[in-house]
Amino acid sequence: MQTSTEQYKTMVETASPNSPLAINMLKAFACGGAVCVLGEGLGLLYARLGADDERTRTLVAITLIALTAVLTALGVFDKIARHAGAGTIVPITGFANAVTSPAMEFQSEGRILGTGANIFKLAGPVLVYGGGAAVLYGVIYWLMHR
Amino acid sequence: MATRIGMDTIELQTPVFAESYAAVGGALENGGLLQGKLARVFDDATLGLDSWEKAEAQLQQAAADAALLRAGRKGADVDLHIAGDLLGQCSASMFAGRGLGIPFAGVYGACSTMALSMAMGALMLESGAVGTVLAGTSSHFCAAEKQFRQPLEYGGQRPPTAQWTATAAGAVLLSAAGDAPKITQLQFGRVVDLGVKDAHNMGAAMAPAAANTIGAFFRDTRTMPADYDLILTGDLGLVGSDLLRQLLLSDWGVALGNNHKDCGLLLYHEEQANEINAGASGCGCSAAVLCGEILPLIAAGHLTRVLFVATGALLSSVSPLQGESIPAVAHAVLIEGQK
Repeated sequence: MQTSTEQYKTMVETASPNSPLAINMLKAFACGGAVCVLGEGLGLLYARLGADDERTRTLVAITLIALTAVLTALGVFDKIARHAGAGTIVPITGFANAVTSPAMEFQSEGRILGTGANIFKLAGPVLVYGGGAAVLYGVIYWLMHR
Repeated sequence: MATRIGMDTIELQTPVFAESYAAVGGALENGGLLQGKLARVFDDATLGLDSWEKAEAQLQQAAADAALLRAGRKGADVDLHIAGDLLGQCSASMFAGRGLGIPFAGVYGACSTMALSMAMGALMLESGAVGTVLAGTSSHFCAAEKQFRQPLEYGGQRPPTAQWTATAAGAVLLSAAGDAPKITQLQFGRVVDLGVKDAHNMGAAMAPAAANTIGAFFRDTRTMPADYDLILTGDLGLVGSDLLRQLLLSDWGVALGNNHKDCGLLLYHEEQANEINAGASGCGCSAAVLCGEILPLIAAGHLTRVLFVATGALLSSVSPLQGESIPAVAHAVLIEGQK
């Protein structure tokens, strides 16, 4: 008897181990929390150094992005992220890693058509749809407050 | 002349011999089964070059050079070089071919390439058109990740069904005269697709092709698993090996015994399992296990009948994004030793 596509789908589901969801979520919660605590700590530091609220927010974001870029370049970030999962992908660290990693990877194809053309390979969708959503929100906001 | 037996299998009237063979690999590949059995080990994944693609070409050339050296031959002594790999346009093989200077035929069978290139080489040798054929393939973890998945330093999580592309290469020098190991039968597999779309579950995608080729081989040759010392599949890994057993039993009424082994589960040690998840994969996986471990065992008389079935997932870098499921193929080569 020939196994059908439907039967095989069930066989594959049974044979394939699932991701350890509980542990993954726990690790993501702890690591994501740690990133936020770090951000909060940096915020307090910059505020103490005399930065106003708006400048503090910008400085915190810049620091986390720079830190991620350096850790990515050193080949450490992906090892942390393998455990942290969403904990490092969802915060701004994930975006910074998504820009830095293709920039490194495609260096071998040159500065223009390698790094330049591929740097937003992963982050591109965020920019496109993030920007799109911002425009849509702006239009709605403008209509409501006209 | 080779003759067809049954529907799909081809029998060589005069056997073809594996005159020499060699496997090379990276540091990780030197840590498991093949420790101390690789002709060359490259601790630096770049092989001192400035791209992963160049590194893979170098890897493949190193395996070819080692096989030629062991046979005491030069490239000019070889009539045909058949090779392929996973990179776009089989570039690792092409660039390795540039350094070898042997008439070249490129083939693509994804991770089934070792069996595919050996089967084609054996047929050409038996026809008398050529006297020696160099068959080989390679894969490189970083080059494969770059082409098929994410950049190396991207912080993603790999599911437990994912397999680890081996950084390794293998080459066999086939010859019309010589000693065991010898190729006596072979089969080019059909492309089979049972609808698996998950590119992180290659074992599941390839198991139906392996079952089809192995089942057809047993049917055509009127043999059963017990007639072989070893039934060696390419890179089905943990999930695919389990599914292969189920499919062979349900579709062909064949029960695989303990003489079935999978190169994807042989290559790395269990302690390396944290990184590699469901096992090894890539053209270099089955190539290195065959050339570094199995062929020497056959030559030494420890194995006499080995059915080598390398499996390949035939997806492209765009086909999963277009919603396509993953077709797969498995090619079989029967390798025999001294009786």
